[in-house]
Amino acid sequence: MPERKAKAKKPRLIQGNEACTYGALYAGCSFYAGYPITPSSEIMELMSRELPKTEGVFIQMEDEIASISAVIGAAWAGKKAMTATSGPGFSLMQEGIGYAAITETPCVIVNSQRWGPSTGQPTKTAQGDVMQAIWGTHGDHPVIVLTASHVRDVFEMTVTAFNFSEQYRVPVILLLDEVLSHMRENVCLPEPGERNLIERQRPARADGFKPFKDLTFLPFGAGARFNVTGMAHDEDGFPAQAAEADRQLRRIMNKIHQNVEKVALYEELHLDDARVLIVTYGITSRAAENAVEELRAEGVPVGLVNLKTLWPFPDFLFERLGQNVSHLLVPELNLGQLVREVKRAVQGRWLTVEHLGRVDGSLITPQQIVEAIHQLTGTKIPKEGVQQC
Amino acid sequence: MNTQISRSRFSKDPVQIRLSGAGGQGLITAGVILAEAAVVDGKNVVQTQSYGPEARLGASKSEVIISTKKIAYPQVTKPDILLCLSQDAFEKYFPQTNSDTLLILDSGQIEPQASDGRLIYALPITETAAATGSKVVANVVALGVMNALAGLVMPSSLREAVAKRVPERFRALNEHALEAGEKLAEPLKNRKETVA
Repeated sequence: MPERKAKAKKPRLIQGNEACTYGALYAGCSFYAGYPITPSSEIMELMSRELPKTEGVFIQMEDEIASISAVIGAAWAGKKAMTATSGPGFSLMQEGIGYAAITETPCVIVNSQRWGPSTGQPTKTAQGDVMQAIWGTHGDHPVIVLTASHVRDVFEMTVTAFNFSEQYRVPVILLLDEVLSHMRENVCLPEPGERNLIERQRPARADGFKPFKDLTFLPFGAGARFNVTGMAHDEDGFPAQAAEADRQLRRIMNKIHQNVEKVALYEELHLDDARVLIVTYGITSRAAENAVEELRAEGVPVGLVNLKTLWPFPDFLFERLGQNVSHLLVPELNLGQLVREVKRAVQGRWLTVEHLGRVDGSLITPQQIVEAIHQLTGTKIPKEGVQQC
Repeated sequence: MNTQISRSRFSKDPVQIRLSGAGGQGLITAGVILAEAAVVDGKNVVQTQSYGPEARLGASKSEVIISTKKIAYPQVTKPDILLCLSQDAFEKYFPQTNSDTLLILDSGQIEPQASDGRLIYALPITETAAATGSKVVANVVALGVMNALAGLVMPSSLREAVAKRVPERFRALNEHALEAGEKLAEPLKNRKETVA
């Protein structure tokens, strides 16, 4: 035995938004441009304090359109770059996200979801931006959409967001929510070197570099001259139409969709013998976890799938479900978004899919899930409800 | 002895705590300090909050769950302890308690209307804070009261957490507030007192 004991790591009380910033810095983010908005502002505040210490660049921009544009520019200067926002700002960023997608720019966009369209309720939570994250910008386009369930998870998924964006040269959207962003938990963060970090691939040589041929990337000023445009373009970055536009669009889409099994991360519980499966994601998964515990104690064979990657959607996971599963319940803080993907994935099969939505700005409770499953399976009359604010 | 009862009650695991009042009374900070103390104690903890769009006034609530086990659902479903520093908060959250809930109220702010004869600790929290130096430390006085009554965290951990989460220039004031809160609760630890 070595004399020196491994130093026991001391847990720290960290907020979800702080964990996001620490995750980004851990992944090597050296550029942040943003505009403050509740409930994402603490990410920006902490970035403004931490980035200058590492010779990184922090800029408060005039709005979110400028923020995403600055992030894209920084990525082409070779930086790992990020911005964070919430609904209204995320809407403004859609044009830039499309530009990042077609120009295959690695970058990370964090959207801490809040209630409703427009200004909505800045301090109330929701999972209402799922479809916007996937399809918010026009045209077929590749993006990866990730989410997280707890503070430590926010750190890990932020690192993963950078890794995927570098590996596949795509914008990666990380969906948080008001509760998770502002929540504090005891967390031990990993030490440098404990997580694998992916850097964008450099071409063997600058000479003859084709910027839109494959996953290799050369920043501006590294010896090659090329064109970057939001127009349909060929491998050299010059405008293209017809068959070449078709080929390029299919290529950039396939980067994601042909790698769905590598990109689609999830956690599962009791999948082997579950008759009812809760398909959940983000903050709602924590209510589901308690509900599973309670229902199992009652003898209801319930299982759980917690999706960490929302897009590309893991159809394969649903194709593999055994005949033991008869019902799926999809609880979300919206009126029915990811449930549509679940229904599509199981179409034509024996499974019944039910949705449980809540849109009053509060979390779905474990009790609501327990009751929904009792109704779904007809197993039991709901127990006396626990009072909830 | 009541001390015994309250100690054993809050060896409860997990323990769910709700701190409520108006925006600006420092309830979110109080929740963060309590959570920080639980981390010093080596416990698992989740602290959440709920507030309106305004910086001051409006309903504000902070929740802390402390456990030796993993905490999945992060919010309070059934408060074991409810602190109220405003009448609005009392009216909103009192109906969500039961006879097991430890209720701590600011007697200077709240007239408890509803009462079913249960044990309520109504103490001059804001007044004590003012006497200590400033009304703004009512949140820390309340923490001192709560911890003296319920023994949620080690007193030394709470002290450490206050020092960590309070700006340097207000540290002495907050330390005095914590002590004042502990003292305020001291005579009640051994006495049953029903109010209203």
